[in-house]
Amino acid sequence: MPTDNRPLSPHLQIYRPQWTSGLSICHRLAGVVNTIGSLLVIYWLVSLASGPAAFERAQAILGSWPGLFVLFFFSLALFYHLCNGVRHLFWDAGKGFELDTAWRSGQAAVAGAVGLTVIVWIVALTTGGGG
Amino acid sequence: MNLRTPVKEARGLGSAKGGTHHWLMQRVSAIALLLLVLWFAFSIAINAGGGYEAARAWIASPITAGAVILLLAAAFYHAQLGLQVVLEDYVGNKAVQLAAVIAVKFLAVILALTGILAVLSIAFGG
Ligand code: HEM
Repeated sequence: MPTDNRPLSPHLQIYRPQWTSGLSICHRLAGVVNTIGSLLVIYWLVSLASGPAAFERAQAILGSWPGLFVLFFFSLALFYHLCNGVRHLFWDAGKGFELDTAWRSGQAAVAGAVGLTVIVWIVALTTGGGG
Repeated sequence: MNLRTPVKEARGLGSAKGGTHHWLMQRVSAIALLLLVLWFAFSIAINAGGGYEAARAWIASPITAGAVILLLAAAFYHAQLGLQVVLEDYVGNKAVQLAAVIAVKFLAVILALTGILAVLSIAFGG
C-alpha cells in the first residue's frame, strides 16, 4: 500500500508556529475561557434571583479590581471567539482560504475583538455599570 | 506473515460515519450566539450597575427573560459540543475521555437549567 507523498496533518512538534496557527489555538482557548466565564453569568443571575443581600455580594465581588480584571479578560476572550467564529463560518462556506486573505481576516478578528471590548467597557463604565 | 489485503486492513478505520450533525449544530448554535452574545454583552454593560431593583426589572421583562433563556440554552449547548471535541483531541485514555465528555454534558445541562430557573423565578417572582 503506497504511504508516501500523502498529505499529512500538521505535526505539532515540527510545525512552525505562525500568525494564523496562533490565532487558531486562541479560538480554542477562548472557547474554554468562555465556558468558564459563563459560570460568572450563572452566578450573577442566581444571586439576582436570591435577594438583595446575595446580589450586593455578587456586585461587590464582580466590581472589585480582581473581579473587573477577570471580567475584562472574559469579555476579550468572548469577543475574540465571536469575531474569529465569523471567520470559521466563512471558511465553512468555502471562502477565505487564500493565504493573504486568511492573514488579513485574522488581523480583522483581533482588531474587532479589541474594538468591541473597548466599546463595551466604555459603555459599562459611562452608564454606571461595570460589574 | 500477514495475509490480509490492504483493503481489509483499512476497513473500519475510515470515517466514523457520523459527526456531521455535531458539526452542523456547532455552527447553528454559533450563529444564534453571534446575535445573542452581542446583545447580552452590551445590555448587561448598560443594566448591571443600576442596583438590585433595576437589574431585576430588566431581567424580568419578557423580552429580556426570553432572550437570556435562549442565550443560556444556546451557549451551554454550544460549549458542550465544543468541549467534547477538545477532550476528544487531548485526552488519550478512552475511558477517561468518555467519562470527561459525559461529565461535561451533565454539567452543561445542570448549569443551563440553573440559569434558566433563576431567570424564570425573577420573571414570575414579581
Ligand atoms: C459569540 C458567538 C460565538 C461564535 C460565532 C462561535 C463560533 C464557534 C465556532 C465556529 C466553533 C468551531 C470551531 C472549530 O471547528 O474549530 C466554536 C467552537 C467552540 N466554542 Fe464557540 N462561538 C461563540 C460563542 C461561544 C460561547 C459563548 C462559548 C462558551 C460558553 C463557546 C465555546 C466554544 C468551545 C468550547 C468551542 C470548541 C473549541 C474548539 O474545538 O477548538 N463559544 N465556536
